[in-house]
Amino acid sequence: MSGIDARHLVSASAMFSLEVQQAIHRAAETGTVAIQGLGVSRPVPHFDELVFLGAGLVRRPVEACGEGCKTNVTLGTRHAQRPIQLARPITLAGMSYGAVGYNAKQTLCLAAARSGTSLTTGEGGITDLERQSNGAIIYQLTPGRSGLHPDDLCHAAALEIVVSQGARPGGGGLLPAAKVNERVSQQRRLPPNTAMYSAARHPDWLDADELSLKIRELRELTDWQIPILVKLGATRVAEDVTLAVKAGADVIVLDGMQAGTGSSPSVFVEHVGIPTVAAIRQAVEALQALGLHREVQLVVSGGIRNGADAAKALALGADAVSIGTAALMAIGCNRPIYNFDYHKLGTEAGACHHCHTGRCPVGITTHDVQLEARLDVEAEAEHLQNFLQVMTLEIQALAEACGKRHVLHLEPEDLVALSVEAAAMAKVPLAGTHWIPGV
Amino acid sequence: MRYYKVNLEQTSIRELNQQLHTLQEHDSCWQINHPNGGHNIAVGLRQAAQIEIYGSVGYYCGGLNQHADLTIYGHAGAGVAENILSGSVRIHGNVAQYAAASGQGGLVVIDGDASARCGIAMKGVDIVVKGSVGYMSAFMAQQGHLVIGGDADEGLGESLYDAVIFIAGHAEGLGQGCVELPMDEARLSTLQQLLARAEFALPASRFRCYGPLRHRLNPTPIMAEMQDMA
Repeated sequence: MSGIDARHLVSASAMFSLEVQQAIHRAAETGTVAIQGLGVSRPVPHFDELVFLGAGLVRRPVEACGEGCKTNVTLGTRHAQRPIQLARPITLAGMSYGAVGYNAKQTLCLAAARSGTSLTTGEGGITDLERQSNGAIIYQLTPGRSGLHPDDLCHAAALEIVVSQGARPGGGGLLPAAKVNERVSQQRRLPPNTAMYSAARHPDWLDADELSLKIRELRELTDWQIPILVKLGATRVAEDVTLAVKAGADVIVLDGMQAGTGSSPSVFVEHVGIPTVAAIRQAVEALQALGLHREVQLVVSGGIRNGADAAKALALGADAVSIGTAALMAIGCNRPIYNFDYHKLGTEAGACHHCHTGRCPVGITTHDVQLEARLDVEAEAEHLQNFLQVMTLEIQALAEACGKRHVLHLEPEDLVALSVEAAAMAKVPLAGTHWIPGV
Repeated sequence: MRYYKVNLEQTSIRELNQQLHTLQEHDSCWQINHPNGGHNIAVGLRQAAQIEIYGSVGYYCGGLNQHADLTIYGHAGAGVAENILSGSVRIHGNVAQYAAASGQGGLVVIDGDASARCGIAMKGVDIVVKGSVGYMSAFMAQQGHLVIGGDADEGLGESLYDAVIFIAGHAEGLGQGCVELPMDEARLSTLQQLLARAEFALPASRFRCYGPLRHRLNPTPIMAEMQDMA
């Protein structure tokens, strides 16, 4: 070390951080694009930067005992004969059979039905479990159209046309070969052990005008009985929401950039789309401009982790939220057990986002028989029910503290922001001021 | 067999579709007049029935069809027979883009030309186009057969999985992963059956065969199935 000034060796580059260096080394050595599961890993403005004002003399709280705050929500009141009635403003987001295993699907089905909420199918068609479920199943029409059967569409509680996802707006889906076992290959009509790349666009419509015709086709198919949702990754939110509503959507599902994924290129997950907290107000303002806020319902997803996040989304104007990653965590994702299998993946409990490998240590995003057996369906369904109940109680508690007798009475005026960025995005005042940047 | 006659200048498409969806009997016969380019005609049929449409139709005619046999005496708009599962749709005219998109079964016969993305994402449907097809036809096609009597524009069979394409004319350009396959006995037999079902008189000897590179290297279970059919 003679002749080297050791003080220079410890000055790490902010530009080329350790993570950046590792990514460059990985790309150079493998020649492949990095893939990851879960969602965005770097910090972006989120609900934590908003707080409720609660009540005082100006606002009077609602007594939880005796008065209480209602949580029921109806989705799809615009055109459908049979809107979806939910006991709570929380739905389970689309997670495909393929991305998650059979046991995980069963767990989600059971918990959704027992909790009085809906489960969305995800790509890959509908499983027998979903077909037999007592709960509300929302059938997703994705660009891949895997396993699409009109009988299933007609028996669903609603249809959801996926224009794009928050984790990768503009990108197609990827189901790695490791996850295409015999059953998945039959359902998706793929050769076994072959990766499935889904198109980024739907095969039979391209623009908003054609989307309106597609929506009418689906209404004809289902005899105008069930709601049609349109899911949008959060990008040019105001314009996209306006076009989707004009195309005939009953419900907008708005998926922010913090949304999870079973498998997507990291460059998409980390660098495309806008944060959920920024997207909601744009969507609400677009609906208000059309005179259809609350008539066309807004479901928000992308990084909803607890009742506080959900309540803030409702206060900004959403009618319900949808959870995916948080639901998987409730059933064991990243739980610190089977640590040796986390280590085999080069990670550890609490930091695992290796859903794409098909080697999920807790048996959720895998089709390996031995790994799947680790997921105790009944026990984990109960965990998810508990989690949904806790989230609901948290939303109620916050709404009651703000003087609301229904969770949908929460409003932007109940919120302030802790950062200038969040104040500008959510269009609520910076805490302690009346200042809303940009307004 | 009961016969029904519907004039779409007097009956709405909604009323027609509702009647077709609530059909109780099998094998009814429907004559539909004056479609006037209307969209979503005869979508989501679930019963065996003979449907004859006299005139041109708009988007998604015969979409998600099961069991019924539709004949269109005119041209068809985009997405005709999209996601068909069984039965047949025959068009005595030309069709716009996305014909039989993501079709999972059944037969679609197009007497004229088909625009871009014919057979896109097909998953088991058999399509016979007696004329030519537009660009990116059979894009990401998973299963089934696309027979083209005329020419194909650029990107034929781009990123296809297990579907097989027969073409008599000129392919302007093949998509990535789509290669010429030998017209062996099994493929020839499959083609002959398709030509017969489509009542297409062009000799099978005029066609060449294309499919995924994997089929050239290693026959898949799908190919074995075709050999069984032969």
